[in-house]
Amino acid sequence: MKAELGKNLIEVEGLKKYFNVGSGKVLKAVDNLNFFIREGETLGMVGESGCGKSTAGRTILRLYEPTAGSVKFNGTDIYKLSPNKMKAMRRDMQMIFQDPYASLNPRFTVSDIIGEALDIHKMAGSGGERKKRIEELLDLVGLNTDHATRYPHEFSGGQRQRIGIARALAVNPKFIICDEPISALDVSIQAQVVNLLQELQERLGLTYLFIAHDLSMVKHISDRVAVMYYGKMVELADSEELYSNPIHPYTKSLLSAIPIADPEIESQKKRILLSAEGGGPIRSAGEASEESTLVEVSPGHWVATPY
Amino acid sequence: MARYVTSKLLYTLLSLFILITATFFLMKAIPGDPFMSEKEVPAPIRARLEAQYGLDKPLMTQYVNYLGNIVQGDLGISMKKLNQEVSHIIGQTFGVSLRLGLIAVVVSTIVGVALGLLAALYHRKFIDSTVMVLAVVGIAVPSFVLASLLQYALGLKLGWFPITGLKSSLGYVLPVIALSANPIAYIARLTRSSMLEVLHADYIKTAKAKGLKWPAILWKHVIRNGILPVVTYVGPMTANVITGSVVVERIFGIGGIGKVFVDSISNRDYTMIMGITLFYGIILMLARFITDIVYVLVDPRIKLTSGKEG
Amino acid sequence: MSNENKLNKQPLPALTAADFESVNVNERESEVIKRESLTAWRDTWERLRSNKVAMSGLVALVVIIIASIFGPWIAYWVHGYDYQTTDLMATNKKPSALHWFGTDDLGRDMFVRTWSGARISLIVGVAAALIDLLIGVIYGGIMGYFGGRVDTIMNKFSEILYAIPYLLVTILLLVVFKPSLGTIILALTITGWINMSWIVRGEIMKLKNREYVLASRSMGAGTGRLLFRHLLPNASGPIIVTLTLSVPNAIFAESFLSFLGLGVQAPISSLGSMVENALTGWMFYPWRMLFPAILISVIMLAFNLLGDGLRDALDPSLKNK
Repeated sequence: MKAELGKNLIEVEGLKKYFNVGSGKVLKAVDNLNFFIREGETLGMVGESGCGKSTAGRTILRLYEPTAGSVKFNGTDIYKLSPNKMKAMRRDMQMIFQDPYASLNPRFTVSDIIGEALDIHKMAGSGGERKKRIEELLDLVGLNTDHATRYPHEFSGGQRQRIGIARALAVNPKFIICDEPISALDVSIQAQVVNLLQELQERLGLTYLFIAHDLSMVKHISDRVAVMYYGKMVELADSEELYSNPIHPYTKSLLSAIPIADPEIESQKKRILLSAEGGGPIRSAGEASEESTLVEVSPGHWVATPY
Repeated sequence: MARYVTSKLLYTLLSLFILITATFFLMKAIPGDPFMSEKEVPAPIRARLEAQYGLDKPLMTQYVNYLGNIVQGDLGISMKKLNQEVSHIIGQTFGVSLRLGLIAVVVSTIVGVALGLLAALYHRKFIDSTVMVLAVVGIAVPSFVLASLLQYALGLKLGWFPITGLKSSLGYVLPVIALSANPIAYIARLTRSSMLEVLHADYIKTAKAKGLKWPAILWKHVIRNGILPVVTYVGPMTANVITGSVVVERIFGIGGIGKVFVDSISNRDYTMIMGITLFYGIILMLARFITDIVYVLVDPRIKLTSGKEG
Repeated sequence: MSNENKLNKQPLPALTAADFESVNVNERESEVIKRESLTAWRDTWERLRSNKVAMSGLVALVVIIIASIFGPWIAYWVHGYDYQTTDLMATNKKPSALHWFGTDDLGRDMFVRTWSGARISLIVGVAAALIDLLIGVIYGGIMGYFGGRVDTIMNKFSEILYAIPYLLVTILLLVVFKPSLGTIILALTITGWINMSWIVRGEIMKLKNREYVLASRSMGAGTGRLLFRHLLPNASGPIIVTLTLSVPNAIFAESFLSFLGLGVQAPISSLGSMVENALTGWMFYPWRMLFPAILISVIMLAFNLLGDGLRDALDPSLKNK
C-alpha cells in the first residue's frame, strides 16, 4: 500500500494489564503484548469482544496504569513520564472512541467538546482564534461549521463520530488509536467514516492503531494486522499475508467466520470451531498462565507458539 | 451466607458501639455535673448515683464501667423518678408501645401492599390516581398533624372514638391510623412501582401464553416477585413507627415508652433520655440487620460474592 | 380503510421520466439542523412545565416563600405588631379582621407568627439540605472518583454512621447542646449528608468510565476539570432531586424536634413549635393549630411533588435519544 514507511513510532514491550476481580483472582485483560507501529502505518488489532483489545488501547494511552511493561513513543517510555510531561505527551497520542453516543459529553456544545483540548493545552490564544480553529476542524471532518453551538443529542451517529474525530485531531496528534470507531454505526455510514479516516491519514500523516472485530474492514484499512485472543497476541502479519496464509488456529477460526457475499461459496464454506481449552483469562493470582512466545515463521509474520 | 451474617452483625455492633460511646461522652459534655440539673437532687440519690457511676474515678474507668453495665442490661437509675431503674421503666412501658407498634406495622403492610397492588393492576385508571394522591398526602402530612386532626374530627366532634387512652379496642383505632398513614403511603408506592415492573416482565407474558389462569399468575408470579422491595422497607418502617409513636402517644395520652421519652426530655432526666435512646437504637439497628438478612434470603438474585467491578 | 377506498377511485396517471426532477442533494446542506437548539436544562424545564402536578408544587412553594418573606411585614405595616408583640387582653381570639389567623395564648398574632414560623422552617430545611449537599458532594465525590481502597474505607465508615438512627443522634445532641437555629441545623446534618454522598458516589462511579470522561483524560484533563466540568454537571440531575426531597425531610425532623421541646426556642418559633404549643388547648382553639399544621403539610407536599416531578423530568429513560 504505502511505499515508504518510517521508523518505529510506537514500541510496546511486555505490556500487561491485570484487574483484581476479588477473592484473590485476577483478570489478565492484557497479557504480555509486544509489537511496534511504524510512522504513517495502520496496525489493525482484531479479536472477539472481551479479548482485551480496548483495554490494550486504553493502557497504551495510559488511561489505565499498566501492570507491567513499557510503551515507547518516539523512543520515550510514556509510563516513566511525570504528570506534566505526560500531559504534554497527550498532544501526540489521541483516541477515537467506540460509542458515539457515550463519547460526547451531553452537556457540552460541539465547540466545547472540540475546544476542550485547546483549552487544556492552551493552544488558542484568543476566543477568535479558538473559534477559527474549531471551524477549521469541523470543516476537516466534513461537518457544517454552523453546528458548533449544537449539542451532541442533535446529531446522528455518523455525525457524532465525526465530532469525536475532530476532537482527537484538535491537538495535532501523530498517533491515534481508533477503538472500534465504526462498530456502533450503520453499515451505510461505516464506509464514510473509514474513508474519512484514511483521507485524514494521508493529509496529516497520521499513524493508526485500528481496533475492531470486523475483519473485512480491518483488512481494508490496515497495513499489518494483529490477532488477539484472551489478552494475548496470537498472530501478527501483513494484512495480505495474514488473510491468505493464517497459521494460528484461532486466526483460522476467525477468518472462517467472515461471511462471503456469494451464496454458493458461503454454503460450502467450512466453519472452523475452536474448542475453548484452558478457560478464560481469570486465574488465581499465583497461577501462571501458559507461557507462549512469538516466533517469526516468515519475514514479518509472527505466530504464538505453542498453539 | 454465614460470612455475610457475621460481617453484617459485626457492623451492626460497631454502629451500636459508636452510639453508646457518643451517648456517654455527650452526657459528659453537659455543662457541669450531669446529675446536677435545675433542681436539687436529694442527697441519698446523689450519693447512689455517684457511687454507681463512680463519678470520682477517671473518665476512661467510668466509660468502661458504663459499657459493662449496658452489656448487663443496666441502663442506670432515673434521675427524676426516685429509685427507679431506667431498664425497669422501659420494661413496664414497652409492652403498650410494642402492641400499638405491631398493630400499626401489620395494618400498614396489609393496607399498603393491597393499595399498591390495586394501583398497579388498574394502572392509569381512577383507582391508581386515587392511591397515588393518597400516598403523596400520606408522606407529606406529619403524624402529629394527622393525629391531632383525627382526634378533633372523629374523636371530639363526631364522638366515634375515644379521645385518649387505650381502654377499649376502639381506642386503638385513631392512634393506629395516625401511626400507619406514613408507612402505608411508602409501602403503597413501593409496591405499585415494583408490581408494575413485574407485570411488564416477559415471564408474565410467558405465563399467560402457557395458559395459566390469571389468579394463579397473580399469586405465583406477580405478588411473590413484586413484594420483594417491601422487605427493604422493614427497617425504615420501624424507625417511622417509633418516631410516630413518640408523637401519637403524647397526643392520645397513652402511657407507653414514647410518652416517657417526651416527659424525660422535657424535665431533663438525662439517664432516662440516654437509656431510651440506646433502647430505640438497639431496636432500630436490629430491624435493619434483620432486613438485610431477610432480603438476601428471599431474593434469589442476590449472590453473596464479594464481586467488584473491573 | 375508507381512505384507501377513496384513493382507489381515482386511478393514478402513469409516471414518465419527465415527472422526475433531480433535487441535487448537497450532503452538507442536508445535514443542517433546523430545530431550535435545546440545552439539557431547557429540555428538562420543558418537560417539568408540562407536568401539572409538579408545577402546582413549584407554584405553591413560590407563593409560600413570598408570603413568608413579606407576610409579617404587611401585618406590621397594617396593624403595627410583629411576631412577639403580646396582647394579654386578646388571648386565644378567633380569626378576625384585626388578627387574620387569630391569636395565641399570649395574644400574639397568628398570621405573623405562622408566616415567620414558615420562614424559620424553610431556613432550617434549606440550610440543612445545602450543608448535606456540600458534605455529600465532597465525600461522595472522593469515594466515587478515587474508588478502590479509599472508597471501601470511606464507604464502610458512612455505612456504620448511617446505621445509627438519625433522629436519635439529633435528639442527643440537642439535649446536650442548647437548641438554637444553628445547633438544630448542625444536628440535622450530622448524619443527613450520607444519603447525598451515596447518590453522588453512585453517579460518579457510573460516569467516570463513560467514554467522554476517558476522552477528556486522554486530552490531559486534570482532576478538577474532570470533576467540575464532566462528572458533577452530568450527575446534577439525581443530586438536585435528592436535594429537593431532603428539604421536607429536614423540615419534618425539625418539627418533630419541636414536638419534643428541642426545636427553636421562644420567642422565635417554627411551624413545628407552633403546633406543639397549640396542642394544649387546641380542642377549644383549633385555629391555633390549624394554620401552622396546614402550612407545614402544604410545604412538605409541595417539595415532594416538585421532587417527584423533577425526577420524572430528568429520567433519561423517558428521554428520546
